[in-house]
Amino acid sequence: MTVHNLYIFDRNGVCLHYSEWNRKKQASISKEEEYKLMYGMLFSIRSFVSKMSPVDMKDGFLSFQTSKYKLHYYETPTGLKIVMNTDLGVNNMRETLHQIYSSIFVEYVVKNPLCSLNQPIQSELFRTKLDSFIRGLPFFSARAG
Amino acid sequence: MSRQSNRGTESKKMNSELFTLTYGALVTQLCKDYENDEDVNKQLDKMGYNIGVRLIEDFLARSNVGRCHDFRETADVIAKVAFKMYLGITPSITNWSAAGDEFSLILENNPLVDFVELPDNHSSLIYSNLLCGVLRGALEMVQMAVDVKFIQDTLKGDSVTEIRMRFIRRIEDNLPAGEE
Repeated sequence: MTVHNLYIFDRNGVCLHYSEWNRKKQASISKEEEYKLMYGMLFSIRSFVSKMSPVDMKDGFLSFQTSKYKLHYYETPTGLKIVMNTDLGVNNMRETLHQIYSSIFVEYVVKNPLCSLNQPIQSELFRTKLDSFIRGLPFFSARAG
Repeated sequence: MSRQSNRGTESKKMNSELFTLTYGALVTQLCKDYENDEDVNKQLDKMGYNIGVRLIEDFLARSNVGRCHDFRETADVIAKVAFKMYLGITPSITNWSAAGDEFSLILENNPLVDFVELPDNHSSLIYSNLLCGVLRGALEMVQMAVDVKFIQDTLKGDSVTEIRMRFIRRIEDNLPAGEE
């Protein structure tokens, strides 16, 4: 059980925040490139899912998994996107991701008038709170496994 | 708002008089700063917009309301959930246009004007115009362009306060530039 990393994108695709905990394999491109690639893929998956779905959807795209990791996706009606990569043992993360939105992002970014809403988050308080929240998750374990 | 409060989704109740009086002080100051009421109306709308843009996030986080599929649903959420949560009142929804793209919110009592009497020399001041900005800003963040204005106001001798909302269009999201 482990949490690898977390991205927060705004509605325009700006990466507001990135943090990583157990990431063994770095991409061979710059962070900027990586954010763009990630957002482009999410954007495509969203439109793919909505076009391909044979029935009406409520939430749309929730997650995907590969042989080694699982990507969890959460989007608010305002277009804020929270993306978390974990190992395969982690089940439904919707509740957790919603909590990150409501009790950390809204609390320490939206309610901080000095935080601009469409630029990368500079707030140290937000970082600290997010980090301790993630480390406190039952399935977070920092062992190299 | 205290930062230490670890409130989950329950809302903090506070006395609305503090808000009402603060708002009154704000309007009073704007009337001093600007020559004419039109500019005050504009400033109030602008401030409201900036508040609405942030308020919507707080609202969504607390209420767990999903996306609305039509304007009627939007009207319901605004009147029954949002006004209740932030102002403690529930406006009624009336006067739907035939196309379903316009409706009115009727406020029996407007908490912003509890202690207000408009002096004669401010007849064109839209005292609660901040609310229009709030509604516009919040809805813009959920991809709805709307037009919001007061068409009746108890401060001006009308029997009720009426906010008219008109849906203009859906704001589409597009890929940021420079994506392959």
